[in-house]
Amino acid sequence: MELNRLTVHELQEMIKGGEISSVDIVKSVFRRIDAVENRVHSYITLLRGSALEEAEKADQEIKRGNIKALTGIPVALKDLICTRGVRTTCGSRILGNYVPPYDSTVVKKLREAGAVFVGKTNMDEFAMGSSTETSSFNITRNPWDLERIPGGSSGGSAAAVAADECIASLGSDTGGSIRQPAAMCGVVGLKPTYGRVSRFGLVAFASSLDQIGPFSKDVEDCAILMNVIAGHDPMDSTSVPVEAPDYRKYLSGDLNGRRIGIPKEYFIEGIDPEVSDTIEKAIKTLEGLGAKCKEVSLPYTNYCVAVYYIIAPAEAGSNLARYDGVRYGLRSTNGDDLLEMYKHSRSEGFGAEVKRRIMIGTYALSSGYYDAYYKKASQVRTLIKEDFEDAFKKCDVILTPTSPTPAFKIGEKMDDPLQMYLSDIFTLSANLAGIPGMSVPCGYTKGGLPIGLQLLAGHFEEGKLIQTASAYEKHSEIKGRRPDL
Amino acid sequence: MKYEAVIGLEVHAQLLTETKIFCGCSTRFGAAPNSHTCPICLGMPGVLPVMNRKVVEYTIKMALATRCRINGKNSFARKNYFYPDLPKGYQISQYACPLAENGQVEIEADGVKKRIGITRIHMEEDAGKLVHDEYSPVSYVDLNRAGVPLIEIVSEPDIRSSEEAAAYLRRLHEILVYLEICDGNMEEGSFRCDANISLRSRGEEEFGIRAELKNMNSFRNVQRALEHEIKRQQYVLEGGGQVAQETRLWDDSKGVTRSMRGKEEAHDYRYFPDPDLVPIIIGDEWTEEVRKTLPELPLEKRERFVREYAIPEYDAGVLTVSRDLADYYEEAVRLCGKPKIASNWVMGDILRYLNEEKRDIKACPVRPIALAEMINLIEDGTISGKIAKEVFEEMWSSERPPREIIEEKGLLQITDVDILKKVINEVLEADPEKVKQYRSGKEKLFGHFMGQVMKATRGKANPKLVNKILIKMLADRE
Repeated sequence: MELNRLTVHELQEMIKGGEISSVDIVKSVFRRIDAVENRVHSYITLLRGSALEEAEKADQEIKRGNIKALTGIPVALKDLICTRGVRTTCGSRILGNYVPPYDSTVVKKLREAGAVFVGKTNMDEFAMGSSTETSSFNITRNPWDLERIPGGSSGGSAAAVAADECIASLGSDTGGSIRQPAAMCGVVGLKPTYGRVSRFGLVAFASSLDQIGPFSKDVEDCAILMNVIAGHDPMDSTSVPVEAPDYRKYLSGDLNGRRIGIPKEYFIEGIDPEVSDTIEKAIKTLEGLGAKCKEVSLPYTNYCVAVYYIIAPAEAGSNLARYDGVRYGLRSTNGDDLLEMYKHSRSEGFGAEVKRRIMIGTYALSSGYYDAYYKKASQVRTLIKEDFEDAFKKCDVILTPTSPTPAFKIGEKMDDPLQMYLSDIFTLSANLAGIPGMSVPCGYTKGGLPIGLQLLAGHFEEGKLIQTASAYEKHSEIKGRRPDL
Repeated sequence: MKYEAVIGLEVHAQLLTETKIFCGCSTRFGAAPNSHTCPICLGMPGVLPVMNRKVVEYTIKMALATRCRINGKNSFARKNYFYPDLPKGYQISQYACPLAENGQVEIEADGVKKRIGITRIHMEEDAGKLVHDEYSPVSYVDLNRAGVPLIEIVSEPDIRSSEEAAAYLRRLHEILVYLEICDGNMEEGSFRCDANISLRSRGEEEFGIRAELKNMNSFRNVQRALEHEIKRQQYVLEGGGQVAQETRLWDDSKGVTRSMRGKEEAHDYRYFPDPDLVPIIIGDEWTEEVRKTLPELPLEKRERFVREYAIPEYDAGVLTVSRDLADYYEEAVRLCGKPKIASNWVMGDILRYLNEEKRDIKACPVRPIALAEMINLIEDGTISGKIAKEVFEEMWSSERPPREIIEEKGLLQITDVDILKKVINEVLEADPEKVKQYRSGKEKLFGHFMGQVMKATRGKANPKLVNKILIKMLADRE
């Protein structure tokens, strides 16, 4: 049996039954990596040695009967989640050799839950992108079609799960960076409520939008991972002291009477017809399960992209100022004085998309422009948030396509940033509003590319997402389909 | 002078918290470079700030002491600029919502009392330090200071002279130290000052173009720099020129200010709300709780001293320069009940000895109880004031109580009339010529006889008694 193909809960059952060891699982995962990684390129750094050691330790714990939520389970981490002693690059040359002296809170939590770390996954540089093509390292391929992108920015984490190169993974989502690649790779991805999961140790892109969340092969695994990573962290002032529920309890239950809002503004021209057809079918399925689907309105939807592309770059420009070559990371040897050192280090260290966003952000915050851009965008952001508050008075969850198209071809949108930005048109709003969003596989194109549906709920209502997704998943016909690699 | 100076000061005071403003590192000065650092204050990727509540509490104290309005909702902003001593590439500060606004302090300069308005007080983090190698073109970064909490106190442009500026700074310094929220050490940089200064014609309402002065690390330098800058700007204006809006550095060795950067090179700090920190809500309850911990402030103490001890304002001013000195004085008064005499001793010998030895009042070898005892011994005639000086010197060096010293050295005052008569007799006998001169009207010689008697008794004779007996004996002499 290929253990790497199984889910967390399946493997945990087998571990508890004494059928398999963690070392068996880890070996199986690395066999798979050896077989497909040179085609998929999910990872920037592989942790073969330490993973086996961790697995051996996990097996000792298992023998003692000490089995926690993730004991012995191989997990991958997006390469902007800081890991003590393990290089954390953010997909950037400027951090190409950066080894953090500390563990992020989520890594600590995963360790405590017994997880084994497989490696650090590829991503768009500093999470800026929707295709993982802006990485300074590799281009990650979509396991369903190696000519296509896996989505982004957490493309490596999504591809690794889809290609069975790990059992589950963590990514981060600032404007759709978990949900969009999850949709494009046919896996489950959840962006939690802002403040639900600690950002301590997550290298910041846009601090008021960033959230860490899980990628998994099914909804149950998503709940298991959320149980581990959610919760208040005193090291993150923006993490909310609201107790996290046991998300597994949402895995049962039916959808009778559940109100699902379909925002009319999200069903626009330009959506790939195969995507809209598949979503229509999913809506029918949900109605068949007892859900009441009805149209809702989110009037400020049209402003999301504009607001996002002011707020996110503004924060990014400031967040990325620390990469100056002084204390860590790339320091250019060109240039004779301080200013030259700054200029060369940053010019050589950052890629084009990162530079573009730093420039946009710097401009938006400049004296004389602040009110027109940043301040105005913040005001509209409040209106977007209110849109959702109003909508959630009329429905429990909102359903939209995750992305307007399935995975596109490598290189297709690299020269057209605006087209690239539109790939996140349906996911940005959740980050702006701070609400949780989830992408669940709901079908495939004729060409065999996965399509995802997005579910959104009110603040701290991840349970509703998991419950809806879980009920849907049980009745959809697509579960278990794997890419042919 | 045709012109009037308009001065506003920005004071940065390091707060005396144990730990830094956003992490748990120590704030102690003088440690090995970069030994008081962690991923947070080093600005490592992925770290987040967590606000130190003590910083808020201390800032509330300063706000209350300067009669500011305290804002209920406090938020933090990022001030963005690049410099190697600034690990994150931005300083976390307060911009739109400072903790305190609209306060004032009272100053006195050239005998005139005046109120100086305080525009705002806000919290922020300090930057690190660059250490430049003297022998090679290399600079090092020491980030021990990065993240040490600061408050910035911005005054209104109410100050009109360098004397007023110095008086204002001394007042702020005094309050901060009284509140025990800042050690006030200017050399170590715990109390720093920048000045904005412009000139305008007297009677003019509008402000002139201002220059910002930096790099003045003592009260004296602030005063000197302002005096120099007033003259410089006056010269420019009188020559028909225009003062440039710029930042100027004080050069202590040359005694001049020189241009550092002009308006065009001024930074655009791109302030925006720091998304990593949530607003701090300061309710009335918190403010009141802090108010309860406020000590008596220098001005209040001064007024009370004048009222309660009936000492001159000048004395009260000197005695309340620090809380410890005032406490010392009050303890001595409590034990001897002689406020003015105690004041004379504290302001005189005690402060002089302390200054000579560069010691703090806390380390004064003569404790209030000893001083009070000595004062009592003078008052009850056990020793003379003159002997007291000698006793005091011994008390200082040996740290022993005065009675012990007096007994050991036989310094008790001679009040025995018979003994005194005998001594006086001997003095008069020794110089009949002078006695004759005195009697024929040269009354000035009385002092001479007094001196001779004191000399003969090695200062121990009770001067009042000697005076009385001497007058009588001179009159009786035929």
